[in-house]
Amino acid sequence: MKEESDINLTRRLLVKTLMAGAAATMLPLSQAYGAASAIDWAAFFQKRFQELTPQEIGRLIIRLEAKYKKTYGRDIKVKTTPPIDNVEFAYALNLSKCIGCRRCVYSCAQENNLSRKPHQIHYIRVLRFQSGPIDFEKAQHYYDPREVPETGYFYVPVQCQHCRKAPCVKVCPIKATWTEKDGTVVVDYDWCIGCRYCMAACPYKGRNFNWAEPQIPPEEINPNTHYLGNRPRMKNVVEKCTFCVHRSREGRYPACVEACPVGARKFGNLLDINSEVRQIIETKRVFRLKEDLNTDPRFFYFFHS
Amino acid sequence: MLFLLAGNSYAAKEFSVPYPPFSPGIFPCMACHEGLDRNRNKRQLADMHQEIKIIRHGERWCYDCHDARNMDRLRLAGGKQIRFEESYHLCGQCHGNILKDWKKGIHGKRTGNWQGEKQYLLCVHCHDPHNPPFKPIRPEPAPVKPEKTLLNRQPTSK
Ligand code: SF4
Repeated sequence: MKEESDINLTRRLLVKTLMAGAAATMLPLSQAYGAASAIDWAAFFQKRFQELTPQEIGRLIIRLEAKYKKTYGRDIKVKTTPPIDNVEFAYALNLSKCIGCRRCVYSCAQENNLSRKPHQIHYIRVLRFQSGPIDFEKAQHYYDPREVPETGYFYVPVQCQHCRKAPCVKVCPIKATWTEKDGTVVVDYDWCIGCRYCMAACPYKGRNFNWAEPQIPPEEINPNTHYLGNRPRMKNVVEKCTFCVHRSREGRYPACVEACPVGARKFGNLLDINSEVRQIIETKRVFRLKEDLNTDPRFFYFFHS
Repeated sequence: MLFLLAGNSYAAKEFSVPYPPFSPGIFPCMACHEGLDRNRNKRQLADMHQEIKIIRHGERWCYDCHDARNMDRLRLAGGKQIRFEESYHLCGQCHGNILKDWKKGIHGKRTGNWQGEKQYLLCVHCHDPHNPPFKPIRPEPAPVKPEKTLLNRQPTSK
């Protein structure tokens, strides 16, 4: 993982150097890095994922898998499964059912290779509210009772809302994050420079930053990964829920759907009238978080017994 | 479990469900009930199944739902025999709206594929039919507070 931070660092140095117009200093710089650390020039000159040809993607995956093998001592598969045609993903969460047990939180961490303690990253944050209207200022997410649900409270899990008008995508200065054809908002970690504009722009706290090298015991790594999803990340990049891109593009439910013991989580194709999410939208009173911001999320909430 | 499902003759079933959550060793019921008289009188059970208490599920009695003719089956109010794998029909007799939602995948839990094969959990996988409300459980630990992360900061690899 060491090389990755170096690459980001070098990329920045290079930009600086170029801006200073001191082309002459480039030679020592490249020599220094080229010789001292095993800088991966293929990674350094890699284009944005969306601009890569199939051949380039092929080479990239071989390089990544070899690198992960070296780092974790395990065979880690990095897929690049494309979006399915005529599919737009959406999610619906039944707040009458959620008991705030956080099973979804930890199954997500496991499935998506999220950094463990102490630099813990979670894509899902379960907010606890006192019964009554949703007042974000009074939400708690460090609640820790012996048993859930607790009387007098309800729970609202929040993760990336995969907005149609995603503010995070708009603000990224280098287009390292974008919306895929199937509606999932993804990040190219190899392209992210860690400026965190997207995190500032997101009204849902849907994004997480790797302040440190992600820490995952090698034996706990999920080896079934996707380039735009749960492949191991590095320090200094932003990451987020991708609706389990490595699963959903193969027709499977995201991990959180299967982990929820009360069946509060529903996922499917918005364009299919018979899908679970669509049936919920058609027949229940759904709402979205912070609708007044006009972010148009693909993540719906509803109350229904 | 798949083998079990495939092994019995529920090929024509409407929904693919996991094996019903029987207490270990209890099924088939007829293994014991075969030679026994079926006393249909509502009473306090004394010899077996005393642990089964019908709580928060109205005034019910075994044979309201279990079929006295064949204890390996359930019975609908109209007398129709059904398999345990189809017990949702039985629940749906009173909870019709929920059954309707369950069939659409709105109520209840499904696993497998959003596109393709999926398994529907039966009502009884989550709701004990003799005591249906969902039992409280221990939550997973609260997330680490950011300030803790800073205090315990490990020297990161350079
Ligand atoms: S697993 Fe389900 S019930 Fe538990 S917190 Fe997550 S959404 Fe709520």
